[in-house]
Amino acid sequence: MGTHLPSTEFDGTAVDDQREADAEAVLGEPAAHMVQLLGPDGKLGADPVFSNYADKLTPEALRGLYADMAAIRRFDVEATALQRQGQLALWVPLTGQEAAQIGSGRASQPQDYIFPTYREHGVALTRNVDLAELLRQFRGVSNGGWNPKDTNFHLYTLVLAAQTLHAVGYAMGIQRDQKLAAATGAAGKEPDAAVIAYFGDGASSEGDVHESMVFASSYNAPVVFFCQNNHWAISVPSNVQTRVPLSNRAKGYGFPGIRVDGNDVIAVHAVTEWALEHARRGKGPVLIEAFTYRVGAHTTADDPTKYRESAEEDAWRAKDPLARLEKYLSAEGLADDAFFAKVKADGDELAAYVRRTAHDLEDPDIRQSFANVYAEAHPLVAEELAWFEEYSAGFAGEEESAGQAAKAGH
Amino acid sequence: MTTMTIAKAINEGLRATLAANPKSLLMGEDIGPLGGVYRVTDGLIGEFGPDRVVDTPLAESGIIGTAIGLALRGYSPVCEIQFDGFVFPGFNQITTQLAKIHSRSSGNLSVPVVIRIPYGGGIGSIEHHSESPEALFAHTAGLRIITPSNPHDAYWMIQQAVECKDPVIIFEPKRRYWLKGDVDVQGPGPSEDPFKAHVLREGTDATVVAYGPLVPVALAAANAAEEDGRSLEVIDLRSISPIDFDTVTASVRKTGRLIVAHEAPTFGGVGGEIAARISERAFHSLEAPVIRVGGFHMPYPVAKVEEDYLPDIDRILEALDRALSY
Ligand SMILES: Cc1ncc(C[n+]2csc(CCOP(=O)(O)OP(=O)(O)O)c2C)c(N)n1
Repeated sequence: MGTHLPSTEFDGTAVDDQREADAEAVLGEPAAHMVQLLGPDGKLGADPVFSNYADKLTPEALRGLYADMAAIRRFDVEATALQRQGQLALWVPLTGQEAAQIGSGRASQPQDYIFPTYREHGVALTRNVDLAELLRQFRGVSNGGWNPKDTNFHLYTLVLAAQTLHAVGYAMGIQRDQKLAAATGAAGKEPDAAVIAYFGDGASSEGDVHESMVFASSYNAPVVFFCQNNHWAISVPSNVQTRVPLSNRAKGYGFPGIRVDGNDVIAVHAVTEWALEHARRGKGPVLIEAFTYRVGAHTTADDPTKYRESAEEDAWRAKDPLARLEKYLSAEGLADDAFFAKVKADGDELAAYVRRTAHDLEDPDIRQSFANVYAEAHPLVAEELAWFEEYSAGFAGEEESAGQAAKAGH
Repeated sequence: MTTMTIAKAINEGLRATLAANPKSLLMGEDIGPLGGVYRVTDGLIGEFGPDRVVDTPLAESGIIGTAIGLALRGYSPVCEIQFDGFVFPGFNQITTQLAKIHSRSSGNLSVPVVIRIPYGGGIGSIEHHSESPEALFAHTAGLRIITPSNPHDAYWMIQQAVECKDPVIIFEPKRRYWLKGDVDVQGPGPSEDPFKAHVLREGTDATVVAYGPLVPVALAAANAAEEDGRSLEVIDLRSISPIDFDTVTASVRKTGRLIVAHEAPTFGGVGGEIAARISERAFHSLEAPVIRVGGFHMPYPVAKVEEDYLPDIDRILEALDRALSY
C-alpha cells in the first residue's frame, strides 16, 4: 500500500507490505463495504472473494446451519423461561445473533480455540458444549460449567474484554508450538490452529481490546477478533463506543478488518473461514465486525423499553437470520416441509432435555469452593475449612436433637 | 423526615448535588436513560441533561481517567462503577493516579472525584457481581472510603463526598438498596462528619463493629444475644478510610471484647487492621482477643452456596461465644 510514515527501521519490511496488501485486497474501502451474500429477501448475491467460500457449502451444510440456528433460538426461549420460573439467576439471550454465532462457530475447525464472552451460546452449540451444562453458571451452581479442554471452547468471561488478551496469548502459544515442531521435525503432524476472540461493540471500548490488537499485530498472532456489533451495550448505543465502523479500526493496527452482515449466516461463515485460514497460514490477525442486532433485552434483568424504540427492533426483525435462510432453502428446493418439521421437533426435544437437566443440576457444597481455591494445599484454606466443619457440625447436632425432640413429641 | 430506600436516598442525594453544584456531573455506564442497572440515577438525565449525566463508553479506566482530568479542571465528577468486580480495569487509574495526585503535586492539585461502587453479595448473582474489594482500596493512601448502611447516611454521605476535596469511594451495599428508613433531609446535614463511626446500640458485654451490608446483621445478632441475656454494643463504622478508632476504642474500654464483622475475606481485610489497632490502643481493657468474622479465603463462591459464605447472625453469635469463653 501507499506511503509509509517517514520513519524507521521498519520501512520496507516484507511482512508489513504483505499484510497491508492483504488488507487492501479484502477491504477496498471497508467502511463502505459490508459483505453480504444472502439478503433479507432470501436471494443469494455474489462477492468477488467470499462467494468462493460460500460455494463450498453443500446443501447438507446449509441445512445444518439452519438447524443449528433454529436449535439455539429454541434453547434461548427455554432458558429465558427457566429464568422466569426462578430456575436460573439470570439469562443472557442471543435472539437475533444466531447467524453471527452459528456461521462463525461452524467455520472453525476442532483444533481452533475459541474465547467467548458470555452470550456465545450458539458458538457453544457448534463446539458441542452440552447446553444444559452451559446453564450451570446461570443457575449459580458453578462459575464455569464445562471443561474447555474437551471442546476447545473456553469458559465464559464476565469482565468485559479480558479474554481478548488471553486469546492473543494463546495464539502466541500456537506460534511457539509450531516453531518447536519445526525444530524437532514434528511439523505437519498437527493441523495448524488459530484462535477466535469474541467480544461486543461495548467491550470494544475497553483498554484490553486495544492492547490485545497491539500484541496480535506486533507478533503476527494467528487470532481472529470477532466483534458482534449488536448495536447496544446494555442501554448505550454503539455510537457512544465508536464513530467509525468498528472494522475500520483494524487498519490502525495494520491488519485486515471486515464488516459482514451478521444476520447472513452464509456470509459470516465465508468471512470467518477466510479469516481463520489467513491466520492459520501465518498471515496474522483479522478483525471481523458482524453487523447484527440484539432483538430482545440485554439480560433478563434489563428493560429495553427504557432506552430504545420498538420500531428499531421491528426493523431488525425484518432482517431475521433464520427467516432469510428458510426462504432460500425453500426457494432452491434444498429443504422441504418435512425438514422444517423435523428441525422444530428436534428443537422441542432439546428444550425438554435442557429443562429436565437444568432442574437436576445439583447444588454444590461450599467445601468444593474450599477445595478449588489453590491447586496445592494451602494452610489458611485448610484452617478455615476446619473451622467451618466444626462450626457446621455444631448445627448438625442441633438439628438432629431438634429432629429427635420433634419425633419424641409425636 | 421522609421514608425512602437506600437507592432512592442516593438518587435524591445526587439530585440535590447536581442542583446545588453546577460543576458536579455524573459519569458511568448505563446511568442515563436506563438510570443505571440498579436505577440509582433514575430520572436524573431527564432533569439535568446529558452533559451532567453522562452515559460513557464502556471503559472503566476511561471513566476514572477522564474524571481525573475534569476534576483538575474544577469539576466534581461522580463516577458509577457498575459492579464491584468490574472496578479493576479502572484500578490502575484509581491507585496510581487518583490517589496520588495531591501528594505528587505537593498539595497544589486536588482531584475531588467520587466513585460509587455497588458491592457485596446476597443477591444470588453470578461471578464478579458480589465482591467486597474495599481492603484493596483502603490499603492505598490518598483515598477516602465510606459505606452507608441506611438511607439517611446514603442521602447525606453522597453529598458530603462530593464536597470533600479528596477522592472518595462510596461502597454501596447493593443487597440493602431496597432497605427503607427515615431520612432527615433538613439535618443534621452536611455538617455531620461522614468519617465518624456511630454507636447504634449500647451494650456492656462485647462490641460488634460492622459496616455497610452487615450492619443490619449485627443489630439482629445483638437482639438475639439479648434474649440469651447478653448485651452487645453495635458500631456502624461508616468510614473505612479513615477509620474512627476513637469511637471503637472507647467502646472496647467499656465492654472489654471486640468482634469485627465484614463480608470481605478475613485474611488481609479491614477487620485485621481494626484488631491490630485496638490491641495496641486498648490492650489492658481487652478480656479476649479481637475476633474477626468475615468471608473465607476463596473467590466469592457461586450463588447456591453464598449463604454458607456470608457472615450471618449465627456466625456473629459464635464469635461472641468464643469471646466470652476467655
Ligand atoms: C469490565 C466490565 N464493565 C462492566 C460490565 C457490566 N456489563 C456487562 S455486559 C455490559 C454491556 C456489554 O455490551 P457489549 O460489549 O456490546 O456486548 P453485548 O452484551 O451487547 O453482547 C456491561 C456494561 C462488565 N461485565 N465488565
